[in-house]
Amino acid sequence: MGAMASEENFVLAIGTKKGLWLATSPDRRSWSLSGPHFLMSEIPSIGIDTRDGKTRILVGVRSEHWGPTVFHSDDLGASWNEPEQGAIRFPEDTGAALERVWQIYPDAESRPGVVWAGCEPISVWKSTDGGEHFELNRGLWDHPHRSEWGSGYGGAAAHSIVVHPDGERVHVAMSTGGVYRSKDGGQSWDARNKGISAYFNPDPYPEFGQCVHKIAADSAVDGRLYAQNHHGVYRTDDDAETWESIAEGLPADFGFVMLTHPHRAGTAWVIPLKADGERIPPEGKLAVHRTDDAGVTWKRLDEGLPGSEFNAVLRDAACVDTAEPAGVYFGTRGGSVYASADEGEHFTEVASHLPDVLCVRAAQVVGAPVPA
Amino acid sequence: MLLPSVLAPLAGGRSGLEVAADGPLPVGRLLDELAGNYPALGRRLRDETGSVRRFVNVYVSGVEIRRLQGLGTEVSPGQEVLIIQSVAGG
Repeated sequence: MGAMASEENFVLAIGTKKGLWLATSPDRRSWSLSGPHFLMSEIPSIGIDTRDGKTRILVGVRSEHWGPTVFHSDDLGASWNEPEQGAIRFPEDTGAALERVWQIYPDAESRPGVVWAGCEPISVWKSTDGGEHFELNRGLWDHPHRSEWGSGYGGAAAHSIVVHPDGERVHVAMSTGGVYRSKDGGQSWDARNKGISAYFNPDPYPEFGQCVHKIAADSAVDGRLYAQNHHGVYRTDDDAETWESIAEGLPADFGFVMLTHPHRAGTAWVIPLKADGERIPPEGKLAVHRTDDAGVTWKRLDEGLPGSEFNAVLRDAACVDTAEPAGVYFGTRGGSVYASADEGEHFTEVASHLPDVLCVRAAQVVGAPVPA
Repeated sequence: MLLPSVLAPLAGGRSGLEVAADGPLPVGRLLDELAGNYPALGRRLRDETGSVRRFVNVYVSGVEIRRLQGLGTEVSPGQEVLIIQSVAGG
């Protein structure tokens, strides 16, 4: 028998290379799985918007044949809708076409309806109607650096968007290009990569061109952000004016994931991979590493994780929820998904043998998804 | 115009569509007409620039339009346009 419609549950949305699955749990320990939705379509991005007392799941969907689009569901996946003309369409004068939606980011509680998207080709978009229609951010699109931005292995995309509670400061990270900051709500942008290495570049510390894999803001310290780079783990305490390495104490400085605690200062998680040329967990042993002191020290967390694992964890295939203690979730390219209800101290397996996990997002919601 | 069955839900459940025309029309115009009536279907076939998606093939009398005049390939009244997804993916 399914959960009562009025009960609170945790929902974990799992986007894979061949569809979307929704996992549900009352306690973040025992999970039931429903899906697939959008079978045979890639799900590279998910946003769960729980503002205004409602739950909207937004998903970037991309079919190899039929292209990219954005769907949303207001009933936990029982039905899906897309605007007829598409939520994200490049204006004609750009001559560009959307390749993939990499990021869907519901803005702050104080700005209901505002949702940001990061896309390939490198672009940032903003919606004010809950993600049904997005407008291209012209400041970044017309940036003079654009012609020099490159393409990472996965494509050229804006993959991280961090909006400050004041709504004016916005940080975006792109591969490859690095971190860009706006202080005027996204109208103008400046590269902010001082201290981040681009070892693959003739000049290892260029103004831009870094391959930053993921950035996340400290929710309790103004101006502090963390970055997992293509080799290198960094922190800034001055709103990205300067970055310093916090990789000491980690088994490797390569990886894709960077998560921060929803409420507490100084807590962040990474999932290291051995190296650029060896994209596996160090020694083939999967582990999450957490810092509680803003990167001064790191703690290895692997209880409940398999003893042997040779699959990578991609940049958006990890997330936290907003509960206390915070839940930590991630999925591997081997289709295994893990959840922790205690900030990474213990993990339980949510699913296994799914297609490659591209993204996960979790939220506490009222009700539960019905089987797809 | 004949659509793959997987796209029929985006065309009101129909996999065969007729376009009224007095004379020959370029394929691009036929696709414009189709997109006007069924915008979500139109987006599956062509991107924002109007290009036919890479793994979508459009045949006129059995010949894929990339081997003809592309979207300018003319279709005469009564001729059949067949849309098939190519073999792709893993």
